Amino acid sequence: MSPTEKKAVPLEFEQPLALLAQQIEALEKQLAENQSPDLDLDLARLHEQYDVLKRSLYSNLRAIDHLALARHPQRPYTRDYFQRWDAQWIEVHGDRKGADDAAMVCGLINFGEVRAVVLGTQKGRTLRDKQHCNFGMPQPEGYRKALRLFHHAQKFSLPIVTLIDTPGAYPGMTAEEHNQAEAIAVNLLELAGLTVPVIAVVTGEGGSGGALAIGVANRILMLEHSVYSVISPEGCASILWRSADKVSEACQAMKMTAREILSLGVADEVIEEPLGGAHHDYDAAARNVQAVLVRHIKELSRLSPAQLKAHRQGKFRKIGSFVEG
Amino acid sequence: MDLKEWFANRQKRREDAIEVRQPLTTEEYCALWTQCFQCRELLYTRDLRTNLHVCPKCQYHFRIGAVQRIEQLADADTFCEIDENLTSADPLGFVDSEPYPRRQQEASRKSGLKEAIVTGTLKIDGHEAAVGIMDFGHFGGSMGSVVGEKVTRVIELAERLRLPLIIVSSSGGARMQEGIYSLMQLAKTSSALKSFADAGLLFISVLAEPTYGGVTASFAMLGDIIIAEPGARVGFAGRRVIEQTIRQKLPADFQTAEYLLKHGQVDMVVERTRLRDILTQLIAFHGAAGSGGELSSSVSEEALSTR
Ligand SMILES: [Zn+2]
Repeated sequence: MSPTEKKAVPLEFEQPLALLAQQIEALEKQLAENQSPDLDLDLARLHEQYDVLKRSLYSNLRAIDHLALARHPQRPYTRDYFQRWDAQWIEVHGDRKGADDAAMVCGLINFGEVRAVVLGTQKGRTLRDKQHCNFGMPQPEGYRKALRLFHHAQKFSLPIVTLIDTPGAYPGMTAEEHNQAEAIAVNLLELAGLTVPVIAVVTGEGGSGGALAIGVANRILMLEHSVYSVISPEGCASILWRSADKVSEACQAMKMTAREILSLGVADEVIEEPLGGAHHDYDAAARNVQAVLVRHIKELSRLSPAQLKAHRQGKFRKIGSFVEG
Repeated sequence: MDLKEWFANRQKRREDAIEVRQPLTTEEYCALWTQCFQCRELLYTRDLRTNLHVCPKCQYHFRIGAVQRIEQLADADTFCEIDENLTSADPLGFVDSEPYPRRQQEASRKSGLKEAIVTGTLKIDGHEAAVGIMDFGHFGGSMGSVVGEKVTRVIELAERLRLPLIIVSSSGGARMQEGIYSLMQLAKTSSALKSFADAGLLFISVLAEPTYGGVTASFAMLGDIIIAEPGARVGFAGRRVIEQTIRQKLPADFQTAEYLLKHGQVDMVVERTRLRDILTQLIAFHGAAGSGGELSSSVSEEALSTR
């Protein structure tokens, strides 16, 4: 077990694993005090059990377990990735119209091999941080800040990488007065018209229109435990089941996990996370995502500007399921 | 059943009704009289219809279906429906308290429509236009794959024929039962509007009571000109969700057409009785500016048949 693993807050479905870890820890303490070959053997057996349990636990997750991992309070957030990808990344601010939405983080990054305009929704870690970032829910100003960066990328022919981790666009009074719907709609339209590569990565929660507003991309990548849905499972449960207890059913019915979104043909690739979730090893998670991203940027860079636009429009043109005739 | 048949049947039903001179059942009595939701006035349904389903006393705009809307906007016998045979699949095998296919059947039974939008071409005061008319009475006007596809196709048709485009929205938002596919229709329709806009063509978005969620967050808010009907409630998030989030009461007129006008979100609030005239003026103006251009109906029929 790595040191970060011990610090990870266990989720409900991880309780059996946490109990086993406690036993191992207790046994290790005993062993440190007085050596005994019997204890040694027990410890080895426990470790073995732990590994087996862990592997089976994470390969049989329910949709709601993925949701819990996607929302894990220790999950790496957008800035954690940017910082690891390029310690010298340059953050830029503001929509130039009167606000700088902290829920949308934007900047310029050098991956070493390639440069890109990066942006993403940002959640907070501490309570103060969370409030500052509005729990990762952008206001219209956040989407307009992103739009400014889309145009920046277009002007300088830079690829765009977006990180999606949001419960959704903020449902507030001012947000409505400042036209949240229009802010999202305009981003969808403008993203469709860009002639640079656009890659979206769902790192945590892909919450509805608020996620899609930075998600009209040539490639949609999803972290293994991330989710993407048309409405929050809580919202879906309360509307369709009229019960807040049916969140698990709603998660399952909507087919919102990364593998399901992949098999529905919306996501293009699922990026593996460190065992147990990205929060167990930020560095490894960031490295995995970067490697996949750089590969996709390089692939897409072979397309001409016109092809990039046509490719993106064509990708979304095909999505849907209906019967004709 | 296509729309023409529907009109024919309706006409026939109306005629049948006149012939019958039996005492009225409760149902028939209710059909004869409609109470205004706003001023509670009892209105003679036929008068209400003549007045385009607007209360003559308080100007309350009743919600109307796609068929009625087309009747109100189109020159007689000019509406030509497209993609009428597109129906929903059940890509997720979605079941809540009922399976999605059963909910679809139920929606069709109530609305008499196959889906929550009717698309096609028509003439308004002689001006050819492509239209999409949403119907809240079908599945809450929700947008799933079919609505997304039909909107996209009518945009593409308008672009090909260089016609002005009018979409009348009335929708609760994206259709949850189609999951991520519903969400992606926002991107699909907006993307189609991008090339439509680049072609220099006119898109007029009409917002009718109510328009929310995925529909406002895509094509409905992307009109070159946005018109709202009086009293129509339009927004991204629903009132209740916002009140729960911010833990305070919202003003009574929040998210109404008039509120939107005050906050710079729509170009105008137009009474239904004036809608046709305003649309005509707008199309004529932009056509005269040299971008749109009127095409003869034969051209559109030709293009339709090559689909
Ligand atoms: Zn009235």
